[in-house]
Amino acid sequence: MNHTPFILAAYVVALIGIGGLLVASLVARARVKRALGMRGLDRR
Amino acid sequence: MASLHVLANPARFRRFCQRALPALSALTAVVLLAGLWLALVQSPPDYQQGETVRIMFLHVPSAWLAMAGYALLAVLGASLLVWRHPLAALMARAAAPVGAVFAAVCLLTGSLWGRPMWGTYWVWDARLTSMLLLFFLYLGHIALSRAYDDAERGDRAAAILALVGVINLPVIKFSVDWWNTLHQPASVMKLGGPSIHPAILTPLLVMAVALLLLFVVLVMLRTETEIDRRRLEAAERAS
Repeated sequence: MNHTPFILAAYVVALIGIGGLLVASLVARARVKRALGMRGLDRR
Repeated sequence: MASLHVLANPARFRRFCQRALPALSALTAVVLLAGLWLALVQSPPDYQQGETVRIMFLHVPSAWLAMAGYALLAVLGASLLVWRHPLAALMARAAAPVGAVFAAVCLLTGSLWGRPMWGTYWVWDARLTSMLLLFFLYLGHIALSRAYDDAERGDRAAAILALVGVINLPVIKFSVDWWNTLHQPASVMKLGGPSIHPAILTPLLVMAVALLLLFVVLVMLRTETEIDRRRLEAAERAS
């Protein structure tokens, strides 16, 4: 049995799962910061 | 401990995140690149598993972090229920999806390792089943914390689930000792030290540090967002 597809699939799963969560978290943060900015609450 | 107590204030923690996250993110990227290079290029094939051992460099740290993440939820749950800690509920909301993703990565990468090594993607073995239960506990925590219009009620219900579910952690850890499982026993965290060759142990530990840093970055980033979201909701209620 060729093991390479299983190794590639494992790293792709991790990339999609963890990378996807990172992107979603960054998008959520940007959205909340924008909403705070619109209300004038975007102090550092 | 005094400095940790200072960070219990959500506004201070938010400022701490804003200062620390850029440097911590850069460090995470460097360690992750080093770990991936060691895991995919530098390390030799295992004498039994062959090249498939490279899946272990993701699978094992993901399992550790999924378990550590749930222990964090339990500590935060106790802080919320006992001391009504203002940051605990926000951090638990932020950490639960991170732990769930690491549990899912652990289960899926383990399954992808199992097919070439065991000849099957899944068996209802005590270790695998208790890990699947941990994933469902994470999903339950996420669902409960969002199930009420009143966020505080949701946070308290999720905190109780976190404290009840923590009993699953020793079951996961010792399942390979208590029952006759297909899953192999501990080979890193055991009495007498690791039984893995340094050529395999080094990439495993570097990947574990990289994923731990990534876990911390994700939790800090999401906690900062939760703090800002509460500020936004408070402003909307006031207007």
